[in-house]
Parts: sequence; structure tokens; C-alpha cells
Amino acid sequence: MKSLFFIVARSMRQHLLSTIVTIVSAGLASGLVMSVFTVSEQSKTAFTGGDIGYDAVLGAKGSELQLVLNAVFHLETSPGNIPWSLYEEVKSRGDVRYAIPYAVGDNLYGYRIVGTTTEIFDTFEFQDGRQFEFADGNAFDDMRMEAVVGSVVAETLDLEVGHTFRPFHGLQYLPGQAPHEELYVITGVLEPTNTANDRVIWIPIEGIFRMEGHYVAGGTKQVERGMAEIPNEWKEVSAVMIKYTNPVRGKFMQDEVRRGTQATLAWPIANVLGIFFQKMGWITRVLIYVAYLVVIVAGFGLLASIYNTMNERRREFAILRALGARRSTVFSVIVLEAGTIAVLGSLLGYAVYGAILVGSAQVIRDQTGVVLEVGAAHPALLWTPVGMAVVGALAGVFPAIKAYSTDVARTLA
Amino acid sequence: MALLELRDIRMEFRTPDGDQQTILDVPRFDVEAGQQVAVAGTSGSGKTTFLNVIAGLLTPTAGSVLFDGTRVSDFGEARRDTWRADELGYVFQTFNLLGGYTALENVVLGMTFGPGPDRAFARELLTKLGLADRLSHRPSQLSIGQQQRVALARALANRPRIVLADEPTGNLDPRFALDALGLLRGLCEEQGAALVCVSHDPRVLDDFDERVDFVEINRAMRESEPEEATP
Repeated sequence: MKSLFFIVARSMRQHLLSTIVTIVSAGLASGLVMSVFTVSEQSKTAFTGGDIGYDAVLGAKGSELQLVLNAVFHLETSPGNIPWSLYEEVKSRGDVRYAIPYAVGDNLYGYRIVGTTTEIFDTFEFQDGRQFEFADGNAFDDMRMEAVVGSVVAETLDLEVGHTFRPFHGLQYLPGQAPHEELYVITGVLEPTNTANDRVIWIPIEGIFRMEGHYVAGGTKQVERGMAEIPNEWKEVSAVMIKYTNPVRGKFMQDEVRRGTQATLAWPIANVLGIFFQKMGWITRVLIYVAYLVVIVAGFGLLASIYNTMNERRREFAILRALGARRSTVFSVIVLEAGTIAVLGSLLGYAVYGAILVGSAQVIRDQTGVVLEVGAAHPALLWTPVGMAVVGALAGVFPAIKAYSTDVARTLA
Repeated sequence: MALLELRDIRMEFRTPDGDQQTILDVPRFDVEAGQQVAVAGTSGSGKTTFLNVIAGLLTPTAGSVLFDGTRVSDFGEARRDTWRADELGYVFQTFNLLGGYTALENVVLGMTFGPGPDRAFARELLTKLGLADRLSHRPSQLSIGQQQRVALARALANRPRIVLADEPTGNLDPRFALDALGLLRGLCEEQGAALVCVSHDPRVLDDFDERVDFVEINRAMRESEPEEATP
């Protein structure tokens, strides 16, 4: 075996350029396969993760998925508003542990501003048993123009406690647009949560109602500056984050909500996203097929690379045979060489995989705030290199047969 | 009992026209242990085929090759390969060094399939042949004469009991041909290996005390082209 590796190593050294190119191509293929599997799996886990701290989201009548994307992941547009009374009704139910209102409509350079109550810091659990923690400062005062920023917002926009900002109208930032008049002071910066909440700026819900240019009461009224108290009939919320005393209570509320015409209840949240991922599963499948195709192409590349050297190496094999190498030795040399190239490619594949995963995780974090677990294990990390080595060895069989059948006397004549 | 015995060897090939052509018809050829014998023959006379049959690279159509009393021509291919790796050294006219290997690695390769790699012995052989400072050079970085010496070292690296040399000086400048031959014969003598050296070069042939004409041992030559068989 040692002599086989000796011959394989010399052969790879002799054909260094083609060996390196083939290793790189096998590495890219292997890295791609591992990345497709792990990124899709981790994305699904991260978005549908079962440890969300609340059970349901109540919002305007419409798509449950849109509601979840908007309220949980702070993506998409808001499906609309529901009256304040509905929020109060939910909040007062005996089977509801907490109900926290969200009102949206503004942004700061693309980062969403969410109006809510201080319960978001006192009661709300973004994950099971986990509440927001302050890295610096403290919560806003419900009646002041104050804000608390998520960690990604603070890091990206370089915001600290004491800094001020003026919100921009709408959920998307349009370059050149003038900000609102209102000036908000940052009172707190949150610790990272590795969720979409890290991309949010939290302000008192009153601030959203009172923001210049905002309409309330179904778009019919505007809160005038200096107005002491806003009538509850005017108030509206975009969503209500609900935690039940027992999660199955969501079923009863869902039945009730469905009978009405005003609202939609997304419950259970993981199911809504699960259905979404199921519907979008074909994209993952296509990506996986493409990745398999890349592996096959890499295998053919390996075959072509070795096969192209066969004429040149036929004499080499004949010499080895003349020195006493068996046919099986020559055959093994080729298969082992192909397998070695594939294994080295797979090792390189880990680096490719790491780079793709870190890059994807960064993009997903930037776009959604959701953080993928870069170091998480996945079976693909084991079977892809093994599969690649097998594909490589198989790719070596055809050239190996050619080497096996070398006629020594004729070749050396 | 001779070390090498060839008995009634026939080697036939089918020509492109479909005719059967006899290349070798050697009733008897013996080499004693440690004996050095030159075989004189013209180019294309079948000398290389003769050596390939002895080496087990070609299976004779009929007849036997016995080595130390064992009928190696009856061995299966794999066993013949092992026998060759253990007992036989081969010096090719074109040296047949492997371009991707250094001088030392080429010599180590000569023992890889037999007794196993012994880098110290390979280094010793090359040093003896004046290549101590060329161990890590590849064939393309060596002169023709140096390449020939690497080929000699490789042929003797597995401490063979018999060395077959096919026009070993054919590619060398005449000035160095006899030097190379001297080295080959010296090494064989030192190791106690028998040597069968086929050549058409009179200077090489004259160097040997024991010499046979290929045409005399190969009846096929006598029958087909007797006038060309004389060296």
C-alpha cells in the first residue's frame, strides 16, 4: 500500500497543474453540495425553530404567512391594521398570558421602527424563556420620544445611547426622502438575540400614532400635535404577539377569529412557516439536483483529467510492469490516484463550504436578522466527502482499465 | 543445473495478413549463475522478444523457461510479475526512466515491487556509479550517460540473480559505451548476478569472453533470413 501511495504521489506531482485544477473542481463541487444541504436545513430550522417564545400573531384579515413574515421577521409589508379594541379584548382574555401590540409604518435607513409598549422588554419572550437584555441603557418611556435599538441596527448605523434620529416614513428607505420632524433619543441598545429583532428600532406605540403624516382610525384621522390623549377608537395596531397560558388555546381563538371578518390569527407560527418552506421546497430540491450535477461534472472532469494523461503514461505503466508491478497494482494506482484527488478535493470542499456558509449566514443575517449556526453538524458533512471519494474512485476505473490492459512488450518496443 | 534454461521456445505471431509467423525458435539456451554472456544479433532479429520471453513479459507459444529449476513460463501472470520483481533486472536500450521521479526514486522503484524500498542501498548504488550529487535530479536534468547509470542502478536495485540488458549502450556516445558496460558488468559480478547482454555493437560483444550469435540459437532466423542474421 505504501508503494501505491509512493507512485500516486509521484504521479500527482508530475501532473501538478491538472491535479490542482481537478482538486479545486472536486472541492467546489463538494463544498457546494454540503452548503446546499446545510444552508437549506439551517434556514428552515432558524425560521421555523420551535423555541419561539410566543404562540400566535393576530393581525389584519389576510395571509397568515404575510402576517408572520411582517410581525416575526420584520419583513414584507404589513397586511393592514386591526382596531385597538381587538387588542384590548385579546389582552383581557383569561387564557392569554401576554399580548403585545406592534404598530409599524416607519424606518430608519431601511431598519424597521416598531411601536410597542414597554412590555416588550418586561414580559415578552423572543425565544422560550429568553427576554431582551440591554447591552447599554434602558427601556424607553412610553410617553416620550425615546427609542431602543437592536444590536444589528446599533452596529450598522453606529448608534449609541444618547444619539438621536428622525424616522423616515414607510417600511422601505427611499434615498433622498425627507425624514419626519420628530426627533427620537436612544435610551437603550439591546444585546444580540440572533433573531430578526436585532434589526428593529423599538419606540413607544404612541409615537407611531402621533408621527407626523400618519393616519389612524382606518386612515380617516390624524393626531394633531399637542393632543393630550388619543381616543382608543382612533388607535390601531399592525399585529399582536400572543402568548397563551396553554398553547393549545390558540385553536379556540383561531376558530373565533375565523368566524369574524376583521382579523387573522397565525397559529401555530412554526406551522405557518413550515407550510411556506414546504411550498418553497422545490427550490431546495432544484438546488440539490444542481449540486449533484456539479458532482457528476466534477467526476467526469476527473475522469477526463486522468484519461488525457493515459497515452503519456502508458509507457510509465509498462515500465512499472517490467519492474514487477502487477496489473492489479497499476489498476489500483489509477483508482487510488482518482480517489486521492477526490478526497483532497473534499477536504478543500470543507473550506469552500465554510466560506459559502459564512457568506450565506452573513447575507441572511443582514437581510433578516436570523443567524445560522455556522458550526452545526449535518450528515451531509460526512457523506458528501465519502460520496465524492467514491465518485472519484469510480471516475478512475475507466482509465484504470486502460492502464490494466497495457501491453508491456508492445509499449516498450 | 543452469540458473536459466530455455527449452524448445517458440514464439509465433499472426501477421496482419493472417499468416502465422515464427519469430523465435530456440531449442536450448542456458545461463549459469554469475555467468556473463553476450548475444549478438542485428536490429529487428527478435532479440528483444527473446529477452521479453525470458523476463516473462511475453508468454511463449511453446516451450519452457526454467529459472533455478522452476518452470516460470508456467506461472500465472501475477506470479511471474513477482518472480520478475524478485529475481530479475532489466536494462532497456532507451533506459525507460520515469520522468516524474528523481534519480534516487527511479532506483527505489526498482526494488518497490520486489524486496521493498531500501533507500540506503539505492543511494549506495548511485554513489558507486558516481551520481552521489545527482540523487534528487530528474532524468531530464541528467546527461545521457548519467541516465544510463541510473538505469543500471535500477536494474540491480532488487539484487537480482539475473540481469537482462537490451542494447545497453545503444544510446550512448561510443566514448562512454564501454565505460557503461564496464560498470554494468562490474556491478553484476559484485552482486553475483548473471548477465545476458544482447547487442549488435562489435565493441560491446568483443568485451565478453562468452558470446553467442543469436542466429545460432534461434532457428527461426536461420530459416527466414539467414543472410541478415550474421552480425
